[in-house]
Parts: sequence; structure tokens; C-alpha cells
Amino acid sequence: MRVEMFTFLLAGLICLGGALGVVLFRNTVHNALSLVATLFGVAVLFIAQEAYFLAAVQVIVYAGAIVILFLFVIMLLGVDRADQMGVDPIVGQRTAAVVFGVAILGLSLVALLSGPEVVTGTPATTAALSSDIPDVNQIGEALFTDYVFAFEITAVLLTIAVVGAVVLARRSDGPVIDEDEFDGTALDALALEEPSDVGDPDQDTADGADPGSGADETDPDDLEEASR
Amino acid sequence: MDPLLSGDVGLAEILIVLLKVVVAFAALLIGVMLMVWFERKLVADMQNRLGPNRAGPFGVLQTLADGIKLFFKEELSPQNADPFVYRLAPYLSLIPAFLVFAVVPIAGNFSGDNDGVVTMFGHETLMQVADPQIGILLVLAMSSVAVYGIMLAGWSSGSKYPLLGSVRATSQMVSYEAALGLSVATVLIVAGSLSTNLIVDGQAGGRWNLWMTGLVPFVVFLIAGTAELNRPPFDLVEAEQELVGGFHTEYTALRFAMFFLAEFMNTVTMSAIIVTLFFGGPSGPSFGLDGWFADYVLGFGYFFAKLLVFLFVFVWFRATLPRLRYDQLMDLGWKLLIPLALGWFLVVAAVKVAIDTTWNVAVVLGVAAAGLLLGGMLLKLAIRSGSEHRTDEFVGGDR
Amino acid sequence: MIIQVPPTVPVVPEQLDPSAVPLAVPEIVWSAVAPALVLMIGGILLLTVVSLVRKPLPSWFHATWTVATATAAICATVPLWQRVQDNGASSEMAGTVGLDGFSLFVTGVICVSVILAALLLEGYLRREDLVGPEWYVLMLLSASGGVVMASANDLIVLFLGLEILSVAVYVLAAMHSRRTSSQEAGLKYFVLGAFSSAFLLYGIALTYGATGSTNLAGIQTFLADNVLVDNGLLLAGLAFMLVGFGFKVAAVPFHMWAPDVYQGAPTPVSAYMAAGVKAAGFAGLLRVFVTTFGPTYREEWMPMVAALAVLSLVVGSVMAIIQTNVKRMLAYSSISHAGFILLGVAAASDAGTSAALFYLLVYTFMVAGSFGVVTLIGRKGDGRHSLEDYRGLSRARPGLALVFTVFLLAQSGIPLTGGFLAKFYVIGAIVDEGLYALAAVAMLTAVISAFLYLRVIVAMYFAGPAGAEEGSEEPAEFAGPPVRIPAAAGLALGLALVGTLALGIVPGPATEVTRDATAELTVGN
Repeated sequence: MRVEMFTFLLAGLICLGGALGVVLFRNTVHNALSLVATLFGVAVLFIAQEAYFLAAVQVIVYAGAIVILFLFVIMLLGVDRADQMGVDPIVGQRTAAVVFGVAILGLSLVALLSGPEVVTGTPATTAALSSDIPDVNQIGEALFTDYVFAFEITAVLLTIAVVGAVVLARRSDGPVIDEDEFDGTALDALALEEPSDVGDPDQDTADGADPGSGADETDPDDLEEASR
Repeated sequence: MDPLLSGDVGLAEILIVLLKVVVAFAALLIGVMLMVWFERKLVADMQNRLGPNRAGPFGVLQTLADGIKLFFKEELSPQNADPFVYRLAPYLSLIPAFLVFAVVPIAGNFSGDNDGVVTMFGHETLMQVADPQIGILLVLAMSSVAVYGIMLAGWSSGSKYPLLGSVRATSQMVSYEAALGLSVATVLIVAGSLSTNLIVDGQAGGRWNLWMTGLVPFVVFLIAGTAELNRPPFDLVEAEQELVGGFHTEYTALRFAMFFLAEFMNTVTMSAIIVTLFFGGPSGPSFGLDGWFADYVLGFGYFFAKLLVFLFVFVWFRATLPRLRYDQLMDLGWKLLIPLALGWFLVVAAVKVAIDTTWNVAVVLGVAAAGLLLGGMLLKLAIRSGSEHRTDEFVGGDR
Repeated sequence: MIIQVPPTVPVVPEQLDPSAVPLAVPEIVWSAVAPALVLMIGGILLLTVVSLVRKPLPSWFHATWTVATATAAICATVPLWQRVQDNGASSEMAGTVGLDGFSLFVTGVICVSVILAALLLEGYLRREDLVGPEWYVLMLLSASGGVVMASANDLIVLFLGLEILSVAVYVLAAMHSRRTSSQEAGLKYFVLGAFSSAFLLYGIALTYGATGSTNLAGIQTFLADNVLVDNGLLLAGLAFMLVGFGFKVAAVPFHMWAPDVYQGAPTPVSAYMAAGVKAAGFAGLLRVFVTTFGPTYREEWMPMVAALAVLSLVVGSVMAIIQTNVKRMLAYSSISHAGFILLGVAAASDAGTSAALFYLLVYTFMVAGSFGVVTLIGRKGDGRHSLEDYRGLSRARPGLALVFTVFLLAQSGIPLTGGFLAKFYVIGAIVDEGLYALAAVAMLTAVISAFLYLRVIVAMYFAGPAGAEEGSEEPAEFAGPPVRIPAAAGLALGLALVGTLALGIVPGPATEVTRDATAELTVGN
């Protein structure tokens, strides 16, 4: 029991420390590495629960694939230097985040600690873990009996992921359409789409008289004055 | 499970485990030392040179001399380096290489009902540091952790060539891990267990997975394993002509030595894993012998002989094969090895089901072969029309 | 539920043989999941075919394939419907897939939305110089996820269905790769959607902890047989699941993504999101809350759903009024419609469920039609969506203006359209439950939202040109390039129009079907 408690405390400490590191470090690579620490802590907790297969998969999938991809993107995009973290894009963002985080934590704690018998203790849908049968076998059996449909339709999800990734990674040709250009009236959009309007001096004066056009007008006017 | 830990765990058991750890650690280090010498000598032979011949008999102490030299050199750290990660990376590279070796059975008598169990100081145990239920998955997990060492070494150096080298290395290792895992999965179907001890036990009596799985997974594993090791012909990671020295360009002295050590240690452990998965590990004919000779000497002899073959093969690759181009590397991995390993996995699974149930094995084999052929043809067709569409785009035809 | 394993199996390879330990493999009844299978196979076959051919296929081929697949899926529901009506509901695949009238009806609604969106997409892709069958593939696979979600009898299957549905739509929203706002929409939808999925998953985990099962029938039985002394865990699970579903159906206060995403996404995709995705989200909500937790925990969740409904109704209709972008306006109005459907959920009765289903069917036609018109008016670049762009449409394209008018009036709930009956049934269902305050709010917001639809109609028919003073007699000039109506889009608008009107004039068959489309949870064999 002492060993188990010690393992739990150590792994929990690693998890929490890593999670804090993810939030608090300024450097994105350090954030990602802290995440790895958390994932390893969880893997250790799985082992303490004798869920060996889950622990291995946790390391292979999360640490070995997902965080590697994070790091890959961080390195290739060169976003590994600290961004401007001092400025909130939305006013009061940090405060709101803290309030909501604490609220959710409080809610979870209340739910979990509201009484001694909140968890039913009804055995899991698979047979209780025993050291005689490796948990891999038990998971395999559960996947091909009770959860066979869920297991099979995961294939569709993976297909979508592959198709989506390929489609979104494909480069697009043709001009980029910035939606902001269309935010005004249709006439503005028209003027942007057909540059011949700008070239024609008569049209320009007519446009200049239009009060609705706003800031866009300054450029052609300036050009016209310069040419005179 | 190791029979040592099945009962109460007392001081004796802990001491035995500690002993095994120390022995495995020392054996691996000495093995690596010899491997470096072996590689240099062999390559020299193949290139009609002498190779190291000054330190010790046949130059066998050359590696030790190099190690001592590196030990006394100055540790340099680039100005742009990220100090903490820069120091961490070599350890992340070295430790997984050690841990993988922990699950490799290196001796033991697997004939009859012995199941590789040996008696050590009156306690029954296995000749491997640990035999977890997830055995072979630990190998895959550690090989995915090893990526971090290389990746972070390249990034934290704060220098361009190491970064390029580490990005190459990471994409290569992640790509080939899929093929590696799929060929391991085929072995697992035949073995019916993840535990390395049971995998070896299942191969006792010459039922090697090499032919039980039909040779293809072995070939895939060997190629993908070489790529995982970043050894020639897949050593784009440290291609000297392009990247100076790859991810460890900026490392010096002991930290460089750690990368060097990890690389050769990985070669040894990968060979050991191949022997374990496909060649029956330490199992072999016992000639009716029993006792310590069959347990330790014979078992280790078989293991070492098989290991040596693969160490030779890796050196042989290095000496003879030219380096692949990057796109060839990715094509080989994604368009050939992964589909092949996956297809073969399905065929083996189908045959296994046919044997277990009452299906006609011949018919299943025929259908599986036809399916494999059809899938391969469809894939080839799709790759060809895909590349045609792409060419159209580049040439500027209709999209 | 517990797998039968012999008590002691020594770990030796011979014993680990599957033949030694017989697996209780569940009976696979393929016909039970036929509609989802048709959609999946249709999508994957399309992907395979286009990757094999040398020359790109013409764009009508993909659309025709998609429409044919969705139609086949609808056809596949018919014999199943008969079976359910004759033999009662059942659950298959080890009790994880429920086969009842409810799931089949929602399947039909989702397939209709796929057909309409695919028809709109055909002309849209040609107009925008976009290629690729991937749009259709993703739409079909996404619809299959919706179908799985509607028929899920297990929270894990429900979650997987939701993810299949959502991930494909995240990609679809970002697929107009040259429009920056489309990419922004995709990213926003993805981040917030993933966030809400996490909420749902957490809720599922807590519910599992409280009840010991992820199977809906199992949960229902457990709660019927046991009284939880401390139900804090279960209540937290319910709350988290409601947050997750609230995000998916865009109910206030979880609606923040909807206006940006609906506005930024390619317009046919917006149509699919508003019709199909919303239908699937409500299917999950109804199944989990009304059917599973309805008998035992109605008192607990009903106020939460009612609050969401009231907030959605009020915020949706008020915010819609102040919009000048028609796409954004429709997004807010869809939030308001979500409020109406949530009223049907809050009623937690068979009548409420039927009313919600009827609403979903009608809304699919109305909203797909509305976004269809918006697709056409958007013209090349998919950017002309401001109210100004609709000025004088009645002169340039009188037919289109008339069709749009019908859709808008239907959305506001004018009699003789399906929209009126949909609202009527929902309000009737909550009045039956004695929730008069909710009914009053619903009627009030219906009036408010009528104003916003009239605003668009006035712009199309009566408004003067931009910049002219009020009351100017000068007729409006329709600005910009002419509006072209591709044949497929015309067909889609026609179908939507027929659906909207037919459901208003001859509602009998549809109401009977929705009455029979009850959700039942049955324990698997």
C-alpha cells in the first residue's frame, strides 16, 4: 500500500507539474515538453492501476505521435520564441479564464466529493482485471464483442481525417478573396473587382461624389492629383 | 510474468533484479564498445583498408581510447542554444536505448517445458531484466521516445543545420514507425502474446517467426528498423555532404559521446529485437542437456550467434548501399512498406482465423492472395493517376 | 455485459489461442445499419473511383452520385420503418445501435439535407472555380456520422457519430481555400467544436461513473431500478453533456461560434450545417435527455433545457434584427429556431418529441432553401451577402425573390407554410405540459423574428436604391453582376419550396409519421 501511495503521489506530482508548465512557460517548446511530462505521469498512473496496455498506448500515441507533431509544427513554423503574451486580445480574458477554470474545478470537486457513494461501484463492462489474463486480451475481446460497432465506425472517422488533412494541405491557386473587402456595400465590392473603374477619370469623380464609399476614395484621388 | 516476482518480493528478489540490471547495463556497454570496433574493422576490410590497429590487440581498445579522449574534451554550448533542453537531449537519446534492452531475453533454456526459466541463487527467474505483459509495445514506445532526443538536440542547438537534420530525422522515424509497428503486429498474431518471453517460447523447436509469418514482415522490419536507426542507406539525417553532421553538429565532448553511444546501442538492441521477434532469440536445440550449461552458455551462445549475423548485416548495408534521396525515402516508406505490411498483416490474420475455425485454408489463402494483388494494383493505379494529376497542375494544364 | 471468461486461464500460448477461449461475438445484423452503411460506402466508393480515373470526372458526376447515395439511404429506411412498425423497436450490434422510428426519421431528414446541399454545391463549385469530389465525399461521410448518432444506443457510439459528423464539417467549412473568411470559419468551428466535444466526453465519463454503463438502455434500467443517494456525479455528467449538445445545436449561451461560422463557411455548407448537423445534434439530445433520463431525471434537466430555450429564442431573434449581413442574420435566426426545437425537448413528452421532429423536417426545407437563395445571390466570390445586395432583386429576378419570400415567411411562421405548423405543434406540446410562460416567450419572439424576415422582403421588393432618402419613389436598381441559377440549384430550390409548402398545406402524412417515430430504448440481445 505504501508503494502504491508513493507511486500515486509521485506520478500525480509529475502530472500537475507538467500541466502547470504547459500553462506557465513562455517558450512553446518548453510547453510541449511539459505536456510530455504530464502524459508520462498519466502513463505511470495507468501502470499503477495495472492497465499496462493503456500505458503503452499513451506513450506511443500521445508522446510518440501527437506531441511530436506539435514540436514539428513549432519548429517548422518557427513560433518557438515567446509571443506577446502581455496583451489580451479580449479585455478581461485572463480574469474570465481564471474564474471559469476555478468554477469548473469546483463543480467537479463538488460532484466527486459530494458523498461517499457517488460512484456506483458497478463493475466495468469488461471482466474485472486479473493478473492471469493480460489486459490486452481483455481489451481485444471487448472491442470485438460489446464495442464492435464503435470500433468499426472509428474507421470512418480516420478516413475523414485523412481526406480532410490532404484537402486542407493542398495549395490553392487563383486570387485570395479577403472577406473584409466585401463587408461594405456591394458597390465597394464592385469597385474592387473591376479595376477599370479606377482607371477611368470620369468614373472616379462620380465615385468621389458618393458619400458612402469612405476611406477607399483617398487613394485614387491622391493618384489623380499627383498625375495632374 | 517473471516467476521471480509472482510471489512475495523480499530482499533476495530485489538483489537479483539489481544484479540483472547491472549485468545487462555492463554487457550492453561492452557490447557497444566492441560493436564500434567491429564496424570500423569490417568496413575497413570491405574497403581494403586496415582500420584501427594501434590500441590493444587488433585495435580492440580503440573505442575506449576515443571515449577517454571525448571525456576530457571541453563542453561547448552555442550562444543561441536553449541551455536546459540542450543538456537534456543527449539523455533522452541514451535512456530509451538502454530501456529497450531490458525486455530482450538473452539466455535461458527454451526446450521442452522450460519456458526459458532459469534458477538463480535458488530463485526461478527469466534471463531478461523485465518481462512486462506489454513487452514488445515497450520497444515501440521507447523508439518513439527516442525521437525526442534527436528532435530536441537539433532544435535546441539554435543552429540551422542541426534543425534541418532533426526535422528530417523526425519525419523519417515517425514515417517508418508505422511500417515497423505493422510488421510487429503480424508477429503478434502468430505469437498470441506481447510478452517477449512468450514470443521466444512460441518459436522454440525451430518454429521461427521468420517463416511462420511468411518472410515479408521480416524484410519490412529489417528495412524499417534500419530507417529507425538512421543508419545507411537511410542516414539522410546526418548526411555530411548536406547537413555538416546533422542534429549533433553543435555537440562536443561527453554529450556528443552520448549520442554516439546511443546510436550504436540502438543498433545492438535493434538486432537483438530482430533476433527475438523472428529468429527465436536464445532458443535452439539443447541436445538433451540440462542445468546451468543449457541455461546460460547454450542459450547465450545461440543468442549471440544470431545477434552477430545482424550486426554484420547492418555494417554490410553501410559499406555497400548508397544513400537514398529524401523523396525516395518517403516513397519507399509510405507507398511500398506500409501498404505491404498492412496487406500481409491481413493475409496472416485471415490464415490464422482459417486455421482456428473450420475454414478451408487453401481457399482462404487464394482469396487473400487475390485480394492482396487487387489492392496492390488499385494502389498502383491510384498513385499513377495521382501523380499525373499533379503533373498537370505543375505544367499548368486544366486543374 | 460482462464477458464470460473461464475463471483461471494459465498464461501459456496454447491457451491464449482464440479457439481455446470462445468469443461471444454479437450477431451482426447488417440491415439494421443499412442507411449508415449506404452513406459510408457511397462516400468511400466515390473517393476510390475518382482516385483511380486518369481524367478528372465532370462535376455533375459527383453531385449525381451524392444525390443517388442519399436517395438510396432514404430508400433503405423504408423497409426498416415497416419492420419497426410491425415488430417494434429493437437494438442490434450488442445493443449499441437502436433501431426505432425516431432514428429512421432523423436519418431521412439528414439525407434530405444532404440531397439539397449537394444540389446547391454543384453550381457553387463551378462558379467558384473549385474542384474536387472531396466536398461530396466529406458530406456523405459526415451524414453517415449523423445517422450513427441518431441511432446510437450507447454513449460511446453517440460520441463517435458526433465526431464523424463534426470533423467532416470542420473541414467542409474551411474548404473554400481562397476565401480567408472560410478558413477562419473552419478554424473557429474546429477549436470550439473540439472544446465542446471534450465537454460531452467528460459528461459521458461522469455519467458512466455514476451508473456503471455507457449503454443508454443500461443507464435507463439502472436508474429505474436504483435510487442514487448522492446524485451529484450524475447531475454534473448531465450538465456537461448538455453543454456539449448545446454547442452542437448552437443554443445560447453556447452559440458564439455559429454566426461567424455560418457567415464564413461556403454557403451550401452553411445550409448543410443548419439543416443536417442541427438535426443530428437534436437527435442526440432527444435520445439522451428525453428518452434515457426523461422518466427519472426530468425534474433536474428540464429547467436547464428550458433556460437554454428561452435564451436562444430571445438572443437569437434580437441579435438577428441588428444584422446587416443576410448570412449572419440567418445564422442568428437559426439560433432562434434552435430555441423553438429546444422547447419541444423541454416538454419531455411524446408530443414534444414529435413536434421537435416535425420542426426539424420543416426547418431542413426552409433553411436549405434560404441558404440556397443566398448561395445564388452571393455570386462569384461568395461575398455579396449584405442586405444592400438584395435591393431590387424583385425586378432583376422576380422568381427568385418570390421563392426567397416564401422561405422567409415560412421561417417567420405564416400559416399555409410548414413553419407555422412547426411552431404551432411545439407550442402546443409545451402548453400541454403546463409551461405557459415558455409558450408566451416563444410567441413573443416569433413576432420579433417576423420583423427581421420582413426586413429582407422589404429590401427585395420595396426599398429604394442605396443612399436614397426614405420614401423615395425611385425604384431600386439591382447591383452587381447578374444572378445565374444553375439547373441543379434550381432543382434544389424547387424541392425545398415544395417541401415547405406541402408540409404547411397537407401536414397529415408528416404528422402521422412523426407521431409514429418514437424513440425507444431496448436492451440488446
